[in-house]
Amino acid sequence: MSTIAVQDHGHGHAHHEDGHGHHHDTFLTKYIFSQDHKMIAKQFLITGITMAFLAMIMSILFRIQLAYPDKSFPFLETLLGHFAPEGHISPDFYMSLVTIHGTIMVFFVLTAGLSGTFSNLLIPLQVGARDMASPFMNMLSYWFFFMASIVMLSSFFVQTGPASGGWTVYPPLSALPKAMPGSGTGMTLWLISMVLFVASSLMGGINYVSTVLNMRTKGMDLWKMPLTIWAFFLTAILGVLAFPVLVAGVVLLIFDRSFGTSFYLSDIVLNGQVMPYEGGSPILFQHLFWFLGHPEVYIIIMPAMGIASEVMSVNSRKPIFGYHAMVYSLIGITVLSFIVWGHHMFVTGMNPFLGGVFMITTLIIAVPSAVKTFNWLATLWRGNIRFTPAMLFAIGMVSFFISGGITGIFLGNAALDINLHDTYFVVAHFHLVMGSAAIFGMLCGVYHWFPKMFGRMMDAKLGYLHFWLTFIGAYLVFFPMHFMGLDGVPRRYYAFTEFESMKRWLSVNVFITWSAIVAGLAQVAFIYNFIHSIFWGKRTVQNPWNANTLEWTAPIEHFHGNWEGEIPTVYRWPYDYSKPGAEHDFIQQTVPFSQTMESNLPEDFEDNEGALEEQQKWANTQRANEQVK
Amino acid sequence: MGFNKLINYKKLISLFAVFALLGTNMLMAQDAATPATTASGPDVAGKSSVWLGVGYYVLLFLVLCFVVAIIGKILRVYELTQQMQKKKTLNWNNVMGTICIIFLVAGLGGAYWSLTEQGSMTLPEAASLHGVKIDNMFLTTTILTLIVFFITQILLFSFAFIYKGSDKRRAYFLPHNNTIEKVWTIAPAIVLTILVVFGFFTWQEITNITDGKGQSSIDIEVTGHQFAWELRYPGKDHKLGAHSYKLIGGANKLGVDFKDKASFDDQTADTLVIPVNKPVRLNIEAQDVIHSVYMPHFRVQLNAVPGLPTYFRFTPTITTNQMRTKLDDPKFEYLLYCNKICGGGHYNMQKVVRVVSESEYNEWIAKQKPYLSDALKGELKLAAEKKNTLNNRLALNN
Repeated sequence: MSTIAVQDHGHGHAHHEDGHGHHHDTFLTKYIFSQDHKMIAKQFLITGITMAFLAMIMSILFRIQLAYPDKSFPFLETLLGHFAPEGHISPDFYMSLVTIHGTIMVFFVLTAGLSGTFSNLLIPLQVGARDMASPFMNMLSYWFFFMASIVMLSSFFVQTGPASGGWTVYPPLSALPKAMPGSGTGMTLWLISMVLFVASSLMGGINYVSTVLNMRTKGMDLWKMPLTIWAFFLTAILGVLAFPVLVAGVVLLIFDRSFGTSFYLSDIVLNGQVMPYEGGSPILFQHLFWFLGHPEVYIIIMPAMGIASEVMSVNSRKPIFGYHAMVYSLIGITVLSFIVWGHHMFVTGMNPFLGGVFMITTLIIAVPSAVKTFNWLATLWRGNIRFTPAMLFAIGMVSFFISGGITGIFLGNAALDINLHDTYFVVAHFHLVMGSAAIFGMLCGVYHWFPKMFGRMMDAKLGYLHFWLTFIGAYLVFFPMHFMGLDGVPRRYYAFTEFESMKRWLSVNVFITWSAIVAGLAQVAFIYNFIHSIFWGKRTVQNPWNANTLEWTAPIEHFHGNWEGEIPTVYRWPYDYSKPGAEHDFIQQTVPFSQTMESNLPEDFEDNEGALEEQQKWANTQRANEQVK
Repeated sequence: MGFNKLINYKKLISLFAVFALLGTNMLMAQDAATPATTASGPDVAGKSSVWLGVGYYVLLFLVLCFVVAIIGKILRVYELTQQMQKKKTLNWNNVMGTICIIFLVAGLGGAYWSLTEQGSMTLPEAASLHGVKIDNMFLTTTILTLIVFFITQILLFSFAFIYKGSDKRRAYFLPHNNTIEKVWTIAPAIVLTILVVFGFFTWQEITNITDGKGQSSIDIEVTGHQFAWELRYPGKDHKLGAHSYKLIGGANKLGVDFKDKASFDDQTADTLVIPVNKPVRLNIEAQDVIHSVYMPHFRVQLNAVPGLPTYFRFTPTITTNQMRTKLDDPKFEYLLYCNKICGGGHYNMQKVVRVVSESEYNEWIAKQKPYLSDALKGELKLAAEKKNTLNNRLALNN
């Protein structure tokens, strides 16, 4: 490893001169087809935020339908045309909204928007590299993602509407164009978009893994990497291993839809017409889908965990508690996440014995998650907490992760899942644990690294307003949903008017919708703050949060190559905050132990006996001096 | 200066209040007037009033943004003046710490209210044998998780409050503590092991049924298609006849194969009537897309998958009438509804389930129509004749 690091170091100067050669960047090479990881990160972020807003508007549209099933909203007809005849969203379009909301949020916002932004921004900056391993592939990754977004959104302009079989697109519903309007052209576009998306995700993931493994600066061994990098690294591994399986599933579905094969189809009679499919199994698709789908939820949450860990440590002015335990629990989650997918399929008719096995593996994964939660709490304990907006979002992320995580213990239990499967209990569970928690991780990252990205600060007070409105709003939206689920109210229902027993939840639905609208409007505070600060925010200093990690040693102004001159060498782990004896309450990773003799601890020299001797010698002379005095 | 602004701000607030009140009043009047206009004339008036409504809310929101902006400016002016006078400015760490603790108290209150108030709106006690076991496990899990929920949330927000930052203090350098880390790895592991073992055996008991079709339980076939359920009872021989999707057509909605003698006495029904305290085996089928048989009162759910017949065996323990008195709701019905997205009509795919005493069941089942209806008989005869003539022709050709 060290040889590679040294080599990279040697190339530093060549690279650097290269960086100066970029002065005559055109608009096209600087902002559009940029190969600079920082610009690509911004591209991912802005596309991600745009997609998040669109998906949020969709959710408010279908929330309006759920709260006011009998009321007509003529402006909806003007807005949506034949998708909302007479001001009522049609049942098919309702399904489309639910489907595309889910797809965009899961893949385009919380996978690409979160991993894409922060892996791109932070991996080179925090491990000390001039750019990604392959900047060109990195650029392609963004453009594939962009194309996937365009194709996904274009399905709204198709006569039959976008895909509408739920974001899990289970066949036969998604495979038979006649089963519902959205399974026609809209579904084809969904599948094309997903193939492009996975290509993007793979190119990104391979880049992240190879950059972390090969391009760390001198001294940056794996156990000196910040938890953000550990999280992005393991996330990328998950993605690289899991996404190809989705492609396999999607390609077989394309075959079934367009070329008359029967991988997923058998014994089907649609609208009284006997179909020729024989021998396929719809369950096969579910296995392939969830083999990606479950690691996918960890692909979403792990970067948020990494970001929250880093931000909580910086703003508590305290080392993250149990750094090694945090890394091992991330590794544990990574490994276990591959063998739990069956808990999505307890009631599909899969062999019940398998259900039992998946239940065991699923509940084991709660252990590393619990360890992480306790470690976050211990990080706050006796800290000196600085409430930046990023810190608040990190605390919010932990709160959501707890609230949503514990309901996972119900759903992971096969016997309990019988009655909870596909009800609003599930909706509440995943919106808290991976929806809200991950989006809070993302917002936390935006507030924290905004100065690094744009060289200016975001307004803290608007950040506070944004945080509290969103945080309270999200709880008001999702907490009552648990009880709807416990009453047997199914998800993906267009209206609850057909069931006498569900009508009493109408007032709760109205409440949820208004909470969602308020929380949605609170995002205006964010977007205003974001855009305003890019152009007119207060200029930042080099290290605005007094943080230890390497990115804050890089100059504020951006150029391709990150550091002028040599890349700094790393001497210590990233969490030396409030070390007793130290002059400041932070010691950056680039400060050698020889400069901090008064604060060094014996643990700092575990694998370095020579330095330990030096330290002891120094301590002895100090003591001798004191005695002389 | 700050004072001036404050006056400004008060004025604005009152202006805003007047605006909101008047606007709402006007909208109300407009709403009341709308039916009259739409009834008498073209749609245009109604549409414009709706746009007026949308515009009103947009304006309201803009005014709100304006108010927020002014409050922001006031805060800024206040901070600057304080700084100029070298006085203490607002300490945001203290403000946020205090809001955290307020949120904690309000949140705990809210969670308690929600748990009691909305918690009481959830499903009544399980109406099946295995459902009672599920409910017991649900209770155990709920108690355990709620303890964890309350403790961790209280710690999270009270730490945020207690350890809010100050320049005078330094955080306590505590990178790790192996003992405590071991404790909180092992403790959840033990709790989860208990839940896993408990859950695993419950799940096995519910699903691991070795009896085949027609043994020791009443076989009923439920078939889902867009967007309804079809029922088939086995008839006097207690055996459901064979079926094949290829035979579906005309009056033979389920594709029952009449080469199988067990098919002849099969019956259809509109309501799923089942006798109390007798095991029922639902044989679950789907014709077009995946559906899901969901009967929450019995804690029963299993997907209906085309090409993959599944079954769920359960024993109802409370009759519909008993449940009606228990819930004090004379209209109460058990329901079976679809719980897997299946198309535009997914939200209305229900079947009434009625649990009755055994004698009532016997009485009811005797009245049900045979599956082999007159229309179906006619169709079958026609098909047989066609086949015969075809055979004859073939014979002639030879």
